[in-house]
Amino acid sequence: MARLYMLRRDYRQYPSYPQGWAVHLFVGFIGAAIGAVIVPAVLEKEYAAVSFLILAASQFREVRNVERATLGAMESTELVQRGTAYIEGIARVFEARNYLSIWVAFSVAVVAELGVEPLWVRLGACALAGLLVTMLLSRLMRGLKIGDIAAVELAQLYFEGALLKVEETVMMNVGLHAARAVYMERGLAAKIIPDGPNAKATLANLGQMQAIAHDVAAMIGVYMDVGEQEFIPMVRRNPGSGCLYLVMVPSEADEQAFLAAVRRVPVLEGAVRKPLTSVAGKMVD
Amino acid sequence: MKLILAVVATDQTQVGGGAPIFYARSEEEKTQLALLIAKILGAAVHDLHNGVLVVVQH
Repeated sequence: MARLYMLRRDYRQYPSYPQGWAVHLFVGFIGAAIGAVIVPAVLEKEYAAVSFLILAASQFREVRNVERATLGAMESTELVQRGTAYIEGIARVFEARNYLSIWVAFSVAVVAELGVEPLWVRLGACALAGLLVTMLLSRLMRGLKIGDIAAVELAQLYFEGALLKVEETVMMNVGLHAARAVYMERGLAAKIIPDGPNAKATLANLGQMQAIAHDVAAMIGVYMDVGEQEFIPMVRRNPGSGCLYLVMVPSEADEQAFLAAVRRVPVLEGAVRKPLTSVAGKMVD
Repeated sequence: MKLILAVVATDQTQVGGGAPIFYARSEEEKTQLALLIAKILGAAVHDLHNGVLVVVQH
């Protein structure tokens, strides 16, 4: 009976792109089956079965490797690269989602074993439990966005000779007048101001900076072609203030969309730093 | 790794050394040359602010 709920649970397995849909649906299904079978196995005192299931669960670590390999192989085809830190983050999420499907199936199985009668009440209770746990877990797993840890505002870009600058920070050296003209005409710059020392340390992560460049470029599009290195989105850090500056030439110069895209970039789990939880970090603050 | 693929200059006394050097007869030709070389190699042009342009692979 629990299998029915496992299936509904699996809707959470939607990967972010459709090609991987079938693969992840199936792996999620296996995960859900494992979660659901644990409860009856324990009740029947079949501990051998339980340890076997735990062994099977460890296979989900493979998911992370597969996802990492796929994204790593596709990296060279991206106009703006994701960076290894971002790939690592995505791979971790995919692995975690399978564990989530085990948890939900597990909770549904527990409710099913409570033995509420009649049958339709039990079905309803199981569905409700599955739904609740799904909602709870997806809320817990949501993670932060750049907009949660920093203020994002538009900044003015200008040229000092060939140096493209935003405020006082040098972004890059643009040698060609034609490229400078494109920047002056269509370029946009954003200033990302961290909310505190924790956010400052998190934003200083190189992987996080690359992820910002990649995600913003992916969301609003980038005005460049293969080999046009002048127009690669750049993220640079001001060492004094800890602010990040992003400069890019979007395909559509929509300032609000640009800012919204920056705010919606996920904070990478591997980039999060919390210096304020240490004694030394508190002393510096 | 970053690599200087070419140097474009007008003044012959200003440059020398290992990377391929292209001499241009005018400022205009210099920019044009740098652009063409950068397009061929998929690289970026940088200005050294002394009349010399370098084409750099990033």
